[in-house]
Amino acid sequence: MTALVALVVALLLLWLALWTVVARDAFVAVAGFVVYGLLLSLVWVRLAGIDVALTEVAIGGGLTGALLLSAVGRLRSTEVAAWSERSGAGTRAFAVLLSVGVTLVLVLCVLALPDPAPTLVPQVVQNLPATGVGNPITGVLLAFRSLDTLLEAIVLVIALIGVWSLAPDRFWGGRPGPRYSSDPDGNLAYLARVLPPIGIVIGLYLFWAGADYPGGKFQSATILAAMWMLVQMAGLADAPRIDNRWVRVGIVVGPLVFVAVGLLGLWTAGAFLGYPEAFAKPLILTIEVALLPTLVLVLALLMNGPPSRGGAK
Amino acid sequence: MLDAFSVVAIVAGLVFFLAGTVGLLRFPDAYTRLHALTKADNLGVALVVIGLLPQMDGLLAALKLVLVWLLVMLSSAAVSQLIARSVRRREPCE
Repeated sequence: MTALVALVVALLLLWLALWTVVARDAFVAVAGFVVYGLLLSLVWVRLAGIDVALTEVAIGGGLTGALLLSAVGRLRSTEVAAWSERSGAGTRAFAVLLSVGVTLVLVLCVLALPDPAPTLVPQVVQNLPATGVGNPITGVLLAFRSLDTLLEAIVLVIALIGVWSLAPDRFWGGRPGPRYSSDPDGNLAYLARVLPPIGIVIGLYLFWAGADYPGGKFQSATILAAMWMLVQMAGLADAPRIDNRWVRVGIVVGPLVFVAVGLLGLWTAGAFLGYPEAFAKPLILTIEVALLPTLVLVLALLMNGPPSRGGAK
Repeated sequence: MLDAFSVVAIVAGLVFFLAGTVGLLRFPDAYTRLHALTKADNLGVALVVIGLLPQMDGLLAALKLVLVWLLVMLSSAAVSQLIARSVRRREPCE
């Protein structure tokens, strides 16, 4: 019975992936992509990867979907023109060859994987108590492979700088996005008043629970950023100016603290990002707490886009 | 006894989901589709939650489930209103 469900979900996933690629209308493709993300998170739940499922739903389905939707909105005017373009036969043949080739290589790689798969799970389980965290995912992300997490955070900050650099000179330092306004007694404003308190509690709960249970800063930051976006879209608060000093401090504080802790490790534990045994848990918590504002700000400001009004003061 | 209750409630919930999906696919315009979807959604989720409540271990887990239901109701009610309003703005009623 469960095998049948798994088969149906797998077939649906393949069909949705094809749909997303083939759809001519960008909006339809994005809708397919969001559903694909939701379905993929179900697959992760079934594979007992709750952490991955949460991340997939929050970032893959929610945040990326929202980013893509705003991109679709901006591309609306050029879409009809793009439809009428037909690429030449040579280009099409090349595209088909390329994608079939990549697929073949991927299939060969998957078939060539050693069986049973090489695993580091025993080492992780053995060494997890030394880090003081109970959730092995958090242990891997912030102790065993913390360099990856540090680089991820830095990549996000660079992505935000990339988005900001699209601003015309006259708007530099100003506020991103349109000034939303909505009926102050309408239901969007109502939702934006009722939901954020609950969302903030759930976001912080996910963050706090991440040390020992599924959850963590990325999922938590997505929820907190979503609450902020809701408040902005209901017109209850405006997006921040990007030359606001506190905004900028918040954006860099995570990577800076991470690097500082890493350098401290060079001194106390003999390796960059090494933690002295007795202080592993507090240091990991420090990094997590410092990364949270960075992630919330970066994710929300990525959604907001480049500054588009009210330039230099 | 409780298991039988769970099965009945969840199956009833699934029937609402099925009806809502059929309505979404078959109804002629955005308003009736929203109507089908939201009614079915709320009742479906409610019945599934009620069915799952006896299966939860502990009051806290059950309360979380109820919270999920309340949040789904709140967001689906608000979002359906927003969708209906944006449809109406695009094609004013005659």
